[in-house]
Amino acid sequence: MKSKLLSVPYLIWMLVFTMIPLVMIAVTAFSDNNGHFSLEALASAFPYTHVFLKSLWIALLSTVLCLVIAYPMAYMVSQMRESTQNVVVMLLMIPMWMNFLLRIYAWVLLLQSGGPLDTLLSAIGIHGSYTNNTAAVIVGMIYEYLPFMFLPIYTVMGKIDKGLVEAAQDLGSNKSEVFRKVIFPLSIPGIISGITMVFVPSASTFVVAQYLGGTDDIMIGDIIDRIFFTNNHVGAAISLILMIFILIFLVLMNRFGDEEAIV
Amino acid sequence: MKKTGVLTKIYIALIMVFMYAPIAVLVFYSFNKSRSAAWGGFTFEWYLELFKSHSIMNALTNTLLIAVLASLFATILGTAAAIGISNLRGKTRLFVQNISNIPIISPDIVMGVSLMLLFTFLGIIFNFEMGFSTVLLSHICFCVPFVVLNVMPRIRRMDDSLYDAALDLGCTPFQAFRKVVIHELMPGIFSGALISFTYSLDDFVITHFTQGARFQNLSTEIYSLLHRKIPPTINALSTLLFVVIILIMVLINIRDRRAERKK
Amino acid sequence: MKKALTVVLCISMLGSFASLFAGCSKTDAGEVNVYNWGDYAAEGQYGLMNVIDEFEKETGIKVNYTSYETNEDLYNMLKNSNVSYDVVVPSDYMISKMIKEGMLLEINYDNIPNYQYINNRFKHLDCDPENKYTVVYQWGVTALVYDKTKVKNKPTNWDVLWDENLKGDILMFNNSRDAMAIAMQTLGITPSTCTKEDIDKASEKLRVQKPLLKKYVMDQVFTEMETSQSTIAPYYAGDIAMMMEENEDLDYCLPDYGSNLFYDAMCIPTCSKNKENAEKFINFMQKPEIAAENCKYLRYGCPNDEAIKLLDDEIRNNELTLPSEEYLDKCYVFGNLDPELYEYMQEQFVNIQAE
Repeated sequence: MKSKLLSVPYLIWMLVFTMIPLVMIAVTAFSDNNGHFSLEALASAFPYTHVFLKSLWIALLSTVLCLVIAYPMAYMVSQMRESTQNVVVMLLMIPMWMNFLLRIYAWVLLLQSGGPLDTLLSAIGIHGSYTNNTAAVIVGMIYEYLPFMFLPIYTVMGKIDKGLVEAAQDLGSNKSEVFRKVIFPLSIPGIISGITMVFVPSASTFVVAQYLGGTDDIMIGDIIDRIFFTNNHVGAAISLILMIFILIFLVLMNRFGDEEAIV
Repeated sequence: MKKTGVLTKIYIALIMVFMYAPIAVLVFYSFNKSRSAAWGGFTFEWYLELFKSHSIMNALTNTLLIAVLASLFATILGTAAAIGISNLRGKTRLFVQNISNIPIISPDIVMGVSLMLLFTFLGIIFNFEMGFSTVLLSHICFCVPFVVLNVMPRIRRMDDSLYDAALDLGCTPFQAFRKVVIHELMPGIFSGALISFTYSLDDFVITHFTQGARFQNLSTEIYSLLHRKIPPTINALSTLLFVVIILIMVLINIRDRRAERKK
Repeated sequence: MKKALTVVLCISMLGSFASLFAGCSKTDAGEVNVYNWGDYAAEGQYGLMNVIDEFEKETGIKVNYTSYETNEDLYNMLKNSNVSYDVVVPSDYMISKMIKEGMLLEINYDNIPNYQYINNRFKHLDCDPENKYTVVYQWGVTALVYDKTKVKNKPTNWDVLWDENLKGDILMFNNSRDAMAIAMQTLGITPSTCTKEDIDKASEKLRVQKPLLKKYVMDQVFTEMETSQSTIAPYYAGDIAMMMEENEDLDYCLPDYGSNLFYDAMCIPTCSKNKENAEKFINFMQKPEIAAENCKYLRYGCPNDEAIKLLDDEIRNNELTLPSEEYLDKCYVFGNLDPELYEYMQEQFVNIQAE
């Protein structure tokens, strides 16, 4: 258990498959077509500032909403009988095993005018299309990443010592106090894992906004995707900036969480 | 504690509706005679066509094999790494954790391209072509950090004295490790494996860049249709996969219930 | 739950191993690695022939068939990875770029007797004037598709895509080449010989259009138009023919001043290790019966004169699949656009979308 050696194969692995590729990206971002040092690519990334901000904003909203939805659910599920818990967790994961693009495509059909949601709301007199806007993009994000918020929180909650909860109750705490003073503080590591696992991919994803958003809902992932092969220096520069933004976010997160959490 | 309240039931039911609505759409369209999104009558045609399509069946087996192997290796490597990292102290630990998060925060496309460059470089030196093995390596690569992320909170919450107690009671270090540490970490390991499997099933970008000339998985097959129409056979495939998974779930659940009752 | 996963994993593993063994049964005649656009050949849909299977049956050569989504993807894979493809299918401007960079092998046309059936318009292409590297696979033009119940006056050219009355119901190409070309045509610029200034002008025109648009789309155009979600969109004529079969309200328009004539041609890249098999494959795809099957499925233009004779009247007389010779004479080809100019065009288009 005390062995540090267990991390050695991982370190070697990370060096080859993560550090070296990362260096390659940085080199590409800071060079021009002739391989000389250049800041031009970085400067070309500047006009996309508001796309960055919008992507981070959409990612933030999606993450918060995921947390708001997944946290009560994780708590509820952790209180169930074990066999029921297993079924619910599995049911939550199964949709993720259908292809990503197909699921997004299905959402377009669900939200479009004349689709199921429209038909349902038409019954009470509201008619319209619910796709091609930012809200639809956020719905798509929540759908894609909700299980990745749920799973870590649920895992941590399952680990909370029942004895602690009982002790708190014996000492006269009511339900909300038990939650506030015992369960919530102990679930923070799970929350932080969950936020990381939702925020990061939703900030850099592509296709979702392209399918569910309107003309103004282009995200930074889409820009990287489109620009990388025309000009890989600019593509690399944008990626680098995105990674730095995300790193800053994670460091901030860490301030709120306990010092052992991510980053 | 064990009784599920009405509110809980409603809440979880609502989330399940949200998660399964798009799946319902996929199932619905798999029986649609028309190739468009408009309903054109009921048919089983796409199911028959599906089994005739070598490319889809081949892509399916590739996808499953890669997902199974990648999540298996990633889980082993990631769990070992998490234990190793938790034994590191101070700056070293922070450094390793930071590196560990890089694959999570890199946009897919950047990781895909950088891995492609790496494999090409290695391929020229060691004379191999990209294919199954490079896809597997890349998938392990982006799965490992998720395992680490899920196992770490569990380690943090684990009582070190348990391991020592097992040693005192006469266990060999290996036995103590297997019976105490792995047992304690199991929920974390499991959710790590589950997430890895899910990500691997769904990955398009990284596979696209590392697959070479002979390998194709379901996502790359579907994404290459982006300038054309998604064929209904793919809906039929998703429906079948879905039915198989649900069947397995139900069977296992029935067995578990029986075993429980016997007790 | 753990058991559930274990069982799922075991089953999928068994399935996969079975496929591994199936994959081992290589034939003696060797292999051919084909890298084509996604869904760009008849593979048994609608009861049509599966041309890939047919080739394997006839020659005993195993086909490794993979697909890509854009010309840039293809270029990137050929340029930056050590993969060996034997047949690739780039479009016009990409062919000229590849020839310039020495990425294609000369084809031995003696091994492709079916080349005789190719229409003269598709020999000695602008991008391959000496006719050494290419055998055209499919071609087509861009056109307009619109909902005739909502568009009162029959459109005659691209101007209708800037119509204020249709605000919020217009779709536009989500790819720089086609979007820029449309803007240029409305400004009277010939896209095939455009300059940097022309691109700037076209960008301005597209900026004006953006607030009128519902969305920039590619494949989504099918759902949008077939279920009458949107009113008007430009797209590839062959695909418009398919949309019109699904929705009776749709009609089409070929712009009166001509439009973009594009072609995708089969080429052999320098990384090929099975050049003979590649030539066999190319020859097979130009067999009249085979080319006709592909045309029936794709509805794109067929360069093979003998194959056209095998088509039903309905397809042969469809202007969208096979526009008249007079119309094609009015069209322009992105034959030789300078790669740097092309890059500039793409960057500008991304900028418009990002604003």
